Amino acid sequence: MHDIYNFVSGPLVWIAFILFIGGSLYQLISRAMLASKKDQAVYSYMSPFFALRSIFHWIIPFGSVNSRSKPVFTIATFIFHLCLILAPVFLFAHVALINETWGISWWFISDSGADIMTVLVILVCLFFLGRRLFLRDVKYLTSVSDYVILGLVAAPFITGFWAYHQLPGYPVMMIAHMLAGEILLAAIPFTKLSHMLFFPFTRGYIGSEFGAVRHARDW
Amino acid sequence: MAEPASIEKSRIIDQGIEKGAEGLTPERIEKVITGMLKSEGGARLKTYVETCVHCGLCSDACHFYLSFDKDPRYSPAGKVKQTIAQVVQKKGRVSVDFIKQAAEISYTECNLCRRCAMYCPFGIDVAYMMLFMRRICHLLGVTPQYIQDTAHSHSATFNQMWIKEDEWIDTLQWQEEEAQDEIPTLRIPLEKEGADIMYSVIGPEPKFRAQLIYQAAVIMNVAGINWTMPATPGWDNSDMCMYTGDTEMMARLKRSHFETAMRLKVKRIVMGECGHAFRSVYDMGNRALGWKMPPIPVVHAIEFYYELLKAGKIKVTKKYEPPVTLHDPCNIVRGRGLHDMYRYVAHALCENVVEMYPNREHNYCCSAGGGVINCGPPFKNKRVDGNRVKAKQIFDAKTRGAKTVIAPCHNCHGGLEDIILQNELGMELKFLADIIYEVMEKPE
Repeated sequence: MHDIYNFVSGPLVWIAFILFIGGSLYQLISRAMLASKKDQAVYSYMSPFFALRSIFHWIIPFGSVNSRSKPVFTIATFIFHLCLILAPVFLFAHVALINETWGISWWFISDSGADIMTVLVILVCLFFLGRRLFLRDVKYLTSVSDYVILGLVAAPFITGFWAYHQLPGYPVMMIAHMLAGEILLAAIPFTKLSHMLFFPFTRGYIGSEFGAVRHARDW
Repeated sequence: MAEPASIEKSRIIDQGIEKGAEGLTPERIEKVITGMLKSEGGARLKTYVETCVHCGLCSDACHFYLSFDKDPRYSPAGKVKQTIAQVVQKKGRVSVDFIKQAAEISYTECNLCRRCAMYCPFGIDVAYMMLFMRRICHLLGVTPQYIQDTAHSHSATFNQMWIKEDEWIDTLQWQEEEAQDEIPTLRIPLEKEGADIMYSVIGPEPKFRAQLIYQAAVIMNVAGINWTMPATPGWDNSDMCMYTGDTEMMARLKRSHFETAMRLKVKRIVMGECGHAFRSVYDMGNRALGWKMPPIPVVHAIEFYYELLKAGKIKVTKKYEPPVTLHDPCNIVRGRGLHDMYRYVAHALCENVVEMYPNREHNYCCSAGGGVINCGPPFKNKRVDGNRVKAKQIFDAKTRGAKTVIAPCHNCHGGLEDIILQNELGMELKFLADIIYEVMEKPE
């Protein structure tokens, strides 16, 4: 048990971060090179102003027509993405761990706040699962990998909640939590989770085409 | 769990697709596709296919999806799933039947209207992916017969309708003579070097909508424009090769069009009320030739009428009385943002303008664009049934008083005509030029 704990909380953390940061850099750089070789249009038409205009309309809640027509989904997805990123970065336990290792620290949220955010992430994961299972068009589009990815995202939050509240078997859950977090980090650049990396570029490019060439809105 | 992408739905038999597929083998398909993915499949295709998280937010953007009772196979991402996504995932190892199905979907179930790009949070360009699929089908020789015929016409004659050079000139002179009965001094100047404007039209205008050339001549003459029309190939601005996936021919057509304008040393090209032609000259054809923007300014009829009305070069004697509703053509609204000028023109000409909803950039396509109407009779029922939302939209405008639908685009005209007839909406359909001609002040 201690060996596994040491491995998961030591070398595996490094491996996960190397895969996450290295993989992300690799994906972004190789994609940029591919674009310069075969999609010169992307560079020719990309306009910082119109790219940001489009991104801005899509990262504020209800900033687009489609997000206004689906209010439940919009609220759910904004809560989900905010909590998904903020909770782990500003969790007291995580900040304390970093502080112990490197002596640096930053602002953190209260444990009860983090608890609520964790529950929200899990609930929205269930909402997403429900969409995949019951909405006809989403069900049609869904493949096995989509369920796996949803599971990957939910796992660190479920196990984290479990371990924090010291529910039965929590020492194992603690290890599972670290492992799940590491798998999730490492998976980001290499799965559909890479939309985290590519969103500004796909949105920015279509925003530039719509704005600079077609003189039309795209939200 | 997920449903497989290939649930049987009755496929439409098209001779072009069938004959083209007869000679195919899985080996040839794989060779062509891997070649295409290697040469043209770049960062955009890869990112779009890999980034789509299958959230289904694009579904409600598509008129086919909405009209066919939200059948998921017609959602934009659903169409991608059945076509190019599998091509990429399987690296071209797909069957002949798959290609036939992919041809039908990409050519006849997507108008490339780009509405879904405005509904996808990531801005994934499904039209780009459908065009990529069409390009593969074109290289495999599996294209619907009717649209391929127009592409052949483009290759042989540089116009869409197999019009010979003398027939073209003859049609222009015939319309000139007709119009001279009304305005004796009227001319349709051919090959006038150094004119301000080259006026260009699509093949179907001389073929069966010659009155539009007549009306354009009247507008030009009354407004006192220094204009000309070419007497050589290059006069036709239309482009079905853009839609079959024949990029090479699209580029040749646009080069001929631009070079004709340059030979005539005109300052700009003004085009008639056509949407796809505008897309081809302004957006796609110029790019295929390596021009970021067209090498010579290109002005769509709406913008031109806007200039004329604003400058007072055309005066309205009595506004058009029956209430009108406005159809926004994708290629000049989502494709060029002309919706506000369109409304300025409509309000200047008509007593009463009734809006359709949704409108402007969020309009529903006519379901004829993107080459779908050009795929001909085999697909007509699917095209018209696939746009019940448009029928509803028009009917709604009718209940609020609209009697006339304005559609400043040829394909939209064709599509809406069928929709109005089939749904017995009993409304008149007009181009802006029809109304301008009717209400403008003409010399006594």
